[in-house]
Amino acid sequence: MPLLQRLPIRRSLLLKLLSALLVFGAWEIAGRVPVSYAFPTFFESMSALWTLAIEGTLFSAYYDTLKPLVIGIAISAFIGIAVGLWIGLSSWFDWLFSPIFIVMQAAPLAALIPLLVMIYGIGLTSKVFVVCIMAMPVIVLNTAGAVRNTPTNLVEMGQSFLANRVEVITKIIIPAASPVIFSGLRLGVSAGFIGAILAELKITPTGVGDIISYSRSVADYPSMYAAIFSIILLAVLFLNLLERIEVTLFEGNDRGYASD
Amino acid sequence: MVVFGYRLPGMSSLLIWALVWELVGRSDMSFFVPPLSEVVTTLFSIIGTAAFQKALYETAYAFVAGVFFAVVIGVPTGILMGKNRLIDELLLPWVNIFLSAPLTALVPVLMVLFGFGMKSIIITTTLFAIWIIILNARVGVMQINRSLVEMARSFGATPWDAFTKVYFWAALPEILGGVRIGVIRAVKGVIIGQLLISIVGFGALFELYSNNFLMAHFWAVLLVLFALAFTLSEVLAWMERRLSYYSSKR
Amino acid sequence: MAMPQIKPVESGAPEIAVSAKNISKNYGDVEALKDLTLEFPKGQLTSLLGPSGCGKTTLLKIIAGLLEPTSGIVEVNGKAVTGPGPDRAFVFQDFALLPWASVLRNVAFGLELRGVGKSEREDIAAKYIKDVGLGGFEGSFPHELSGGMRQRVGLARALSVDAEVLLMDEPFSAVDEQTRRKFQEDLLSLVQNENKTFIFVTHSIEEAVYVSDQIAILLPRPSRVSDIIRPSDLRTKDVDNIRRDPEYLDTVDRIWALLRTYVE
Ligand SMILES: Nc1ncnc2c1ncn2[C@@H]1O[C@H](COP(=O)(O)OP(=O)(O)O)[C@@H](O)[C@H]1O
Ligand SMILES: [Mg+2]
Repeated sequence: MPLLQRLPIRRSLLLKLLSALLVFGAWEIAGRVPVSYAFPTFFESMSALWTLAIEGTLFSAYYDTLKPLVIGIAISAFIGIAVGLWIGLSSWFDWLFSPIFIVMQAAPLAALIPLLVMIYGIGLTSKVFVVCIMAMPVIVLNTAGAVRNTPTNLVEMGQSFLANRVEVITKIIIPAASPVIFSGLRLGVSAGFIGAILAELKITPTGVGDIISYSRSVADYPSMYAAIFSIILLAVLFLNLLERIEVTLFEGNDRGYASD
Repeated sequence: MVVFGYRLPGMSSLLIWALVWELVGRSDMSFFVPPLSEVVTTLFSIIGTAAFQKALYETAYAFVAGVFFAVVIGVPTGILMGKNRLIDELLLPWVNIFLSAPLTALVPVLMVLFGFGMKSIIITTTLFAIWIIILNARVGVMQINRSLVEMARSFGATPWDAFTKVYFWAALPEILGGVRIGVIRAVKGVIIGQLLISIVGFGALFELYSNNFLMAHFWAVLLVLFALAFTLSEVLAWMERRLSYYSSKR
Repeated sequence: MAMPQIKPVESGAPEIAVSAKNISKNYGDVEALKDLTLEFPKGQLTSLLGPSGCGKTTLLKIIAGLLEPTSGIVEVNGKAVTGPGPDRAFVFQDFALLPWASVLRNVAFGLELRGVGKSEREDIAAKYIKDVGLGGFEGSFPHELSGGMRQRVGLARALSVDAEVLLMDEPFSAVDEQTRRKFQEDLLSLVQNENKTFIFVTHSIEEAVYVSDQIAILLPRPSRVSDIIRPSDLRTKDVDNIRRDPEYLDTVDRIWALLRTYVE
């Protein structure tokens, strides 16, 4: 019986491993053929990654890359949630500010980068700005939408038990909105990663972007692939972690339990 | 927003922001922000130029091609994943990874593999759009009402009939939802690709304008780009609403 | 629970706890209620019965102070209602529990909003959790409970603020039939033991006849009180025999005859 219970987990784990094996195997073979002079094998790339890690280059690079990302996300989260709450709570603020964020959400904001570079130069400020413009809209829109969609029955319940406006906001609206706000943050982080890397590739090569650009220019393709592999891995792992946290933190919150 | 009993239309506040822009531009607060009126005049003067039309054409081409491949590859893959558990379990981890991965990081690889040109930009666009399309098509197929499937079976539908007459249509709202998000992502992808491979399309134009500090030109292009992207996403959202109206009646 | 339920027969007209006077309510062009007048005797259970869309919820929310009537006035113990008040407590059709809060906090939530200290309100809540039969589930969360248990939480929350008037909007419609019957029996003993006024919305004729001292039949377009029925002898019967009682069956038939023309 315990074995039977564990079997499905084993199956999915095995298939995940198999799936990874197939993809990395294909990468290895394609590198050995090789499909292109600029296509190193999987093992070459991994050993380049190992070297980068041993030398410490990788870690100092991540320090540089993550700095604008962390600052930008912190700013976006702070301003984004505040603005989103306000938009969700006030209809005239909604009317005034929502359209801006709706346009920003649909627009290719990356096109602003040349402008930001002209205004703020090629330093940290520009990079933080890039992260902010990428991450902010989704945080604002998710927060505002979550507040707007607070179940009316919960608000009415609060009112009928004599909650005042502040209590309705702090004890009902914000807790009810927090799962969606959190997933907005997660999506913001995801967009922020795109922005941070774009900033390093487009504005000035620093951090991981520098490893990528430099190794490309000296045709050290294994190092280039290694750096790209590592940043994607880092982003995916971190976002998965956030998703796990979200699931455990808000367990039961989002489930439709109004009627079975 | 209701003022004096009138309901102000949804996006009408943009007019106020346009006014703010104009005033900020006129106040000479910043060299980088020319008045909106100047931007619009510039827009009309550059819209007919060969450089602008070439950029627009190249961008549209890369975008359409990128979306085309994303849909043509993505939808069948998603349907296949929804129908076959083994394929699903093998592919799903990768789809999820690429859905959240910062795909910008892959552009340098595309550049060395496929050159500094259209091909890389098209692939970038496809990569931005395809994962959500796959995922939604998969979900669309998986959520099909069991009783709908059993209804088809009980009336003796052949697998092909069941597919073309039941599965596809039942999954269509989700598929199109995925295509809508995919298209919006593709817009971002095509611009990011052009920015990094800055010799094609608007990427080249941005380079030209910003190097020469032609602020009004720069803003004019941004305006066009944002307006096109916004219109596209609104049209798609409208279509999706229409469709979900029909599908809610099924 | 085969307790005989004998209620002392009141002498003269009962005291009125809640009265709705000439209530009209329009939602834009929709006339949900039109000039509705109805009185709710103290210590009794009055059902609002009618087809869906006839304005039962609207009336209940106006009494609760959650909605403002377009015209007319609601009085509770002779005082006009201007908003939600401590004299009324609401039990919601869809429970309206906070998904992020434990059963204990949910039940204590009404007291929390009234500024009752934590240990005091938790003691009170714990007592009512036991009373509704959920002892041991204080630490559970709403998604871990069945529909019936969730409504018990909603009921305990409403009881714990000790309001005179309990407003219940189809409280049993989202629970299964067996649970529903148990609830109905419990409701009868609640009416018996607590000296509260119950206003109970339902669309089930049988349920209304089973639990009510007074049934107000609402008819739609525009909504008005068409009849008031008082199943006079049923309340003195043993709960187990009510459904076999000729008066019960006759009343159900009579109400059906009134309503059937309004069912398409
Ligand atoms: N917020 C609202 N806006 C517009 N119409 C409403 C609203 N709430 C209820 N109505 C309408 O008022 C009528 C009465 O509704 P309701 O009180 O919910 O009926 P019941 O509870 O008896 O089913 C219905 O026709 C309904 O469509
Ligand atoms: Mg109702």
